[in-house]
Amino acid sequence: MDSRSKKDPNYKSNPLSFLEPVGKFFSNLWKRFVDGSVGTKLSHFIFGAGNFYHKQYLKGAIFLLLQLAILWFMIFCPSINGTPYGYKALLNLPLNRVSEGGDFDPVTGQFTTGSDCKLMILFGFVTIAVIILYFLLWNKNIESSVKADKDRKIGKKPTTMKEDLKELLDGKFHVLMLTPTCVAALIFTILPTIFMIALAFTTYNDQDMNNLGTNLFHWNGLQNFASVFTGEGSLGVEIKNRFLPVLGWTFIWAIFATLTCYFGGIILALLINKKGLKGKKIFRTIFIFTIAVPQFISLLAVRNLLGEYGPFNSMLMDLGWISQPVGFLGLKNGDSEILAKFMVIIVNMWVGIPYTMLMTSGILMNIPADLYEAARVDGASTSKMFFKITLPYVIFITTPYLISSFVGNINSFNTIYLLTGGGPTYTGYQAGGTDLLVTWLYKVTIDQGSYNTGAVIGIFTFLITATITLITYRRSKAYNEEDTFQ
Amino acid sequence: MSTNVRPKKVSSQSRNRRVSLGVTYTLLIVLGIIWLIPLIWIALSAFRCQYQPDGTFIGRVTSNFFPTAYGLKNFRDLFTATYYGVPNAFIKWILNTLLIAVIDCVISTFLVLSVAYCMSKLKFKLRKTFMNVSMIIGLFPGFMSMIAIYFLLKSIGLTGNPSHPEYSVIGLILAYSAGAGLGFQIAKGFFDVIPNALVESAKLDGCTNFKIFRRIILPLAKPIIIYQALMSFTGPWMDFIFAKVIIGADNARYWTVSVGLYSMLFGTHPDTNLFTQFAAGCVIVAIPIVTLFMFLQRYYVEGVTAGAVKG
Repeated sequence: MDSRSKKDPNYKSNPLSFLEPVGKFFSNLWKRFVDGSVGTKLSHFIFGAGNFYHKQYLKGAIFLLLQLAILWFMIFCPSINGTPYGYKALLNLPLNRVSEGGDFDPVTGQFTTGSDCKLMILFGFVTIAVIILYFLLWNKNIESSVKADKDRKIGKKPTTMKEDLKELLDGKFHVLMLTPTCVAALIFTILPTIFMIALAFTTYNDQDMNNLGTNLFHWNGLQNFASVFTGEGSLGVEIKNRFLPVLGWTFIWAIFATLTCYFGGIILALLINKKGLKGKKIFRTIFIFTIAVPQFISLLAVRNLLGEYGPFNSMLMDLGWISQPVGFLGLKNGDSEILAKFMVIIVNMWVGIPYTMLMTSGILMNIPADLYEAARVDGASTSKMFFKITLPYVIFITTPYLISSFVGNINSFNTIYLLTGGGPTYTGYQAGGTDLLVTWLYKVTIDQGSYNTGAVIGIFTFLITATITLITYRRSKAYNEEDTFQ
Repeated sequence: MSTNVRPKKVSSQSRNRRVSLGVTYTLLIVLGIIWLIPLIWIALSAFRCQYQPDGTFIGRVTSNFFPTAYGLKNFRDLFTATYYGVPNAFIKWILNTLLIAVIDCVISTFLVLSVAYCMSKLKFKLRKTFMNVSMIIGLFPGFMSMIAIYFLLKSIGLTGNPSHPEYSVIGLILAYSAGAGLGFQIAKGFFDVIPNALVESAKLDGCTNFKIFRRIILPLAKPIIIYQALMSFTGPWMDFIFAKVIIGADNARYWTVSVGLYSMLFGTHPDTNLFTQFAAGCVIVAIPIVTLFMFLQRYYVEGVTAGAVKG
């Protein structure tokens, strides 16, 4: 079709031509049904029928059992904590329907206390996943039958279960290796993420729930996203007034935190790797030591050290530089926000510089010596060599690291949460002066139980990090030439 | 450049060099001290044993950097005290964390290695899709799905279970290790460097993919195995948020040690006078972790750099 459209100027492309692959998909399915043996045909309705037909009893029995299990799950709707799975879960998903499982009392027109909308959403998604699984199995079972048909046709015996299992160790090794991760990640990473995204479109927050005395809420479309600008919804005026400042500070923080640690780390690495310097290993070890100490220990140490009654303030007072303790970290209402912001960036250097030092040390040692040799012959000064050779080389190699650490800093929870707790706080608002989107997200969901707003903040964070990552990652060598390494 | 100026230049150069080396030493020593001060201070606080004139113990943060009196009281108190209604809580927390860390370490390392090997050395249909999906999922803030994982675990009774509070430990282990396989990038970078020719020639000799993995890849992968094991073993000792949410703020008996320590200062019953005991707990937790890191430093550096440069 492509060649024709180029040659023939009068050829008009069909506006629905994008549907062509869909048609092809179904015609292939039909062909598979028509061409198949009796067993294959039956497999379209009863899982494993083709396998029984080809005397692969064990395999057939497994397929059949799986089909029966899923059908049982769908029809009989097992329930947990009064919330059903199966077809009822699908019916519950709109969150506005009379459920037949006794969740809804038609006399009073109320859901019974047992019903819980968050579980309805969760179980609804689980059920959708099970349905997808059903169709995947359906396809696998037909494929397996078709393969046996083919083997038969060319006079081979259909593969036995044992041979199939053996194949798992070789040709299908990736299936064996990836299944545990896929299952685990599907349940504990992907499902929760989708669930939280869904919550962003609901009215779910604990305060309202407690006021109403139910576990019921409903979908409300894009209203939570709109409330960022209108100030309506569960967080009301807070999300409207605090969103943009927090977003702006998150960017400022990420830029400063990344650049200070990056260049600080390079400088430290240069110092340690200086020619003729003795005790390189000791210095390196000191800085690695600070990485090894868990952050909740080292950062809480810094927090108390800089605290109101801590040694740092008292030292400054003894020196006569200040007359009363300074709230460096904005832990009290009314402490300076600028100072707190400045201090977290400074303390973050203390946290981050050793990492960059480690990273760049190896790179510095690998700079081809002949580059310097050539420069020296040309009479370049030391500083010139640094700016024309060392720095460009290091920056070129560590660009991916620079980007990933920028994204990491946007999500840098520990430094802010442990140092300032987001402070200084403002009366009436959760989000304080140094709160990042992530720490705010944490406060909003865990402390306040405003899950819908938390999800909105999370989605915005994702959009930011995803945009940055995709733009840079797609262009990077590591992605485009990923295969060439192998 | 004529030869007769050279001796003079060399001597000035070597003087310059000596000066700049001296500056470097001074800078590094100053920086080293700055970097160690907070850690030294928390260690000193752990051994602090100061009393008020009226005989009450001072456990809060004081303005003196060096204690006026030293002793082991904080450690004794730490091990015998009842926190949040749990007798000998600290020992229970330590054992609990150890159990979680060991199991998480085994499961996570296994998952990471198996995924990384597939992504690096095997060719199959959905490979690129898998890599993209895992990258996109990784971009969502982890705290966002944390509460969802809690709901999920709660609905199957693996946390917040009134008749079996200990099940939340299983829940936490699941929450820690289940997503581990998606963090395969560093290990994949490591496997990518192992030459493909090695795999191909083994294949020609009739080795199955499983055999190649076990006999060829795993022995070569020792550094990355150690790196992954180190990371997943130390993770539970450092995490104070996830563990608290999953295990539950009211389930103090089954907390991990970092949740416990954090709660001494910021829990529902925070007590500023517990600071020195907190410091003692920090020392107890930090010693094994730091020792591990120092012994396995080489592998840690290798892993971190491999991850950074390849991106």
